[in-house]
Amino acid sequence: MDIHEYQAKKILSDFGVTIPRGGIVYSPENAENKAREIGGSKWVVKAQIHSGARGKAGGIIVCDTPLEVAQATDKLLGKKLVTNQTGPEGKIVNRIYIEEATDIERELYLGLVFDRSSESIMVVASTEGGMSVEEISKEKPETIIRSKIEVAVGMQSFQARELAFGLGIDPDLIRRASETIIGCYKAFSELDATMVEVNPLVISKQKQILALDCKMSFDNNAMFRRNQVSELRDKTQEDSKEVFASDRGLNYVSLDGNIGNIINGAGLAMASMDMIKLAGGSPANFLDVGGGATPEKIVKAFKLVTMDEKVKVILVNIFAGINRCDWVAEGIVEALKKIEVNVPLVIRLAGTNVEKGNKILKESKINYIEANTLEDAANKAVAALKG
Amino acid sequence: MTVLIDKKSKIIIQGFTGKMGSFHAEEMIEYGSNVVGGVTPGKGGSKHLNLPVFNTVKDAVSETDADASILFVPPAFAADSAMEAADAGIKTCVAIVDGIPSHDMIRIKRYMRRYTKSSKMTLVGPNCAGIISPGKSMLGIMPGHIYKEGRIGIISRSGTLGYEAAQQLKNLNIGVSTSVGIGGDPINGSSFRDIIEKFETDDETDAILMIGEIGGPQEVAAGEFAKENMKKPVIAYIAGLTAPKGRVMGHAGAIVSAYGESAIEKVEILKECGITISKNPSVMGDTVKAVLEKM
Repeated sequence: MDIHEYQAKKILSDFGVTIPRGGIVYSPENAENKAREIGGSKWVVKAQIHSGARGKAGGIIVCDTPLEVAQATDKLLGKKLVTNQTGPEGKIVNRIYIEEATDIERELYLGLVFDRSSESIMVVASTEGGMSVEEISKEKPETIIRSKIEVAVGMQSFQARELAFGLGIDPDLIRRASETIIGCYKAFSELDATMVEVNPLVISKQKQILALDCKMSFDNNAMFRRNQVSELRDKTQEDSKEVFASDRGLNYVSLDGNIGNIINGAGLAMASMDMIKLAGGSPANFLDVGGGATPEKIVKAFKLVTMDEKVKVILVNIFAGINRCDWVAEGIVEALKKIEVNVPLVIRLAGTNVEKGNKILKESKINYIEANTLEDAANKAVAALKG
Repeated sequence: MTVLIDKKSKIIIQGFTGKMGSFHAEEMIEYGSNVVGGVTPGKGGSKHLNLPVFNTVKDAVSETDADASILFVPPAFAADSAMEAADAGIKTCVAIVDGIPSHDMIRIKRYMRRYTKSSKMTLVGPNCAGIISPGKSMLGIMPGHIYKEGRIGIISRSGTLGYEAAQQLKNLNIGVSTSVGIGGDPINGSSFRDIIEKFETDDETDAILMIGEIGGPQEVAAGEFAKENMKKPVIAYIAGLTAPKGRVMGHAGAIVSAYGESAIEKVEILKECGITISKNPSVMGDTVKAVLEKM
């Protein structure tokens, strides 16, 4: 789960990281008042969307008067911002963050992620803040320093100090820099984060160390014990079909193609998508209804896939284990009584009681194309597309 | 195998009296697994499915000599249960449950560092289908009848894709020595490399089919291990050629976030390690067959 910049900054600030003064607003009038309340003579108006690279997309505007702040807010609110991370459809701006401008002396990069090889938390830092970590590793890999943190004992002061010295920070500021790095680590480890990125982490002309921009992602599996974090979810930043799916316990990812998929198991779903591609087609979605593929889940899956106007063929591929094909077939027949499907439907059942399952489908008089293997299913789906 | 479980393995069910625990315990017993009891804290001393229920794994081990366990506890309590099993001297533990926080998995792995290699429990999963040694024992939730007894070792992150492979092999009259589902999470108890190493020393296994997917470094680590250390042939299929970068594809661990984690990159690296690639998921069985014919 991702959160907004302003939410991430609030969290970091709770862990002792300094952030510029700012506030969230939802209207231009609000924005003007907020700018006066913050004070100073220069403000930054920042569109809050779940994406980086907002600056290049016009989502960050520097203003010299509260009136300009109001105008910039007016311009951004309700707009769809397209960045290199949002996809062509972009993301809607519903919230604006107004922040005092910072006199920047140096821009640094600080990121924390899970390292799957060492199964520890990896802290990555670089002197080249402001660039994405991908760009840094491509163009200035020599500036990257890493520190692997032993999770059981947590981050030690010396590790933070080493990073701070490694970034060439003034001796006077090392202590504050170490506290900042440890604050980020604590936020990561105490809130079940999977990613914390402060980019840039800046040193201001006034010798303050500030998190100027911040991104955080959290482990969905841990949200049951992180109510304060899960409340920060903003569904307007997610694909509406994906929200529909996740609210109903389905794993769904929206894609560009036109063959809709209903499959049980993430691996089998990816494999079926691969077969569609090899057969010359293109999947409209990834959809895993779960290993169990219960009839209720199948009904929900049909509802979801038929919501997508791109879908011209639906491919159902269920490998029934414990749950048995006859049961799955009954689920499909039930689903088709409730949901109208106006595109060709290819069904491949495999596993336990496959003959019984196929018999139920045949006798139900539903209109479908039967397939036997993964390859057969993909070929028939692509053929059905061509009519 | 015999590497992880066999006919003699004494199995306890953690979360025995719950709906899932009961259902799968019955399935395992029906398959012929030697289930000797279960653990549900607070229900010790009672009977369930005609088997004894214990309050703690330690009690279960001391009364039944259990050496294997399978977890059917909710994700929030799974880490605790796995560590309890390790501490009680269980040798092989399967965590079926999907949804254990990554921070908890790291905690389990660190906890288990206190044991020497010979006394350390093998944790398989989470978010997996479990282990089956066809004709011997099943410590999992798979449909046992699709596995024919034989000499191919299967390791798979995905449950249903593992079933697909077993079915394809069975249709070609090829059997399986042991199939291990290592699960779809970013941090898991046993990696491909851990299991592939066990198969190399298993005298009931001739060749290994590894079913991987996008995300994480484990397929490549296993490939590099195989190149240096293995004599038995390894066949691999990697799912997710069409998966977009940066998106989680169902499994929490199926996300491309670094070089070498996409399906195409993994396939290239595995080829360089001398591993035979099944070019699509429909020919996993055929690819294994072709390799066997050359042996």
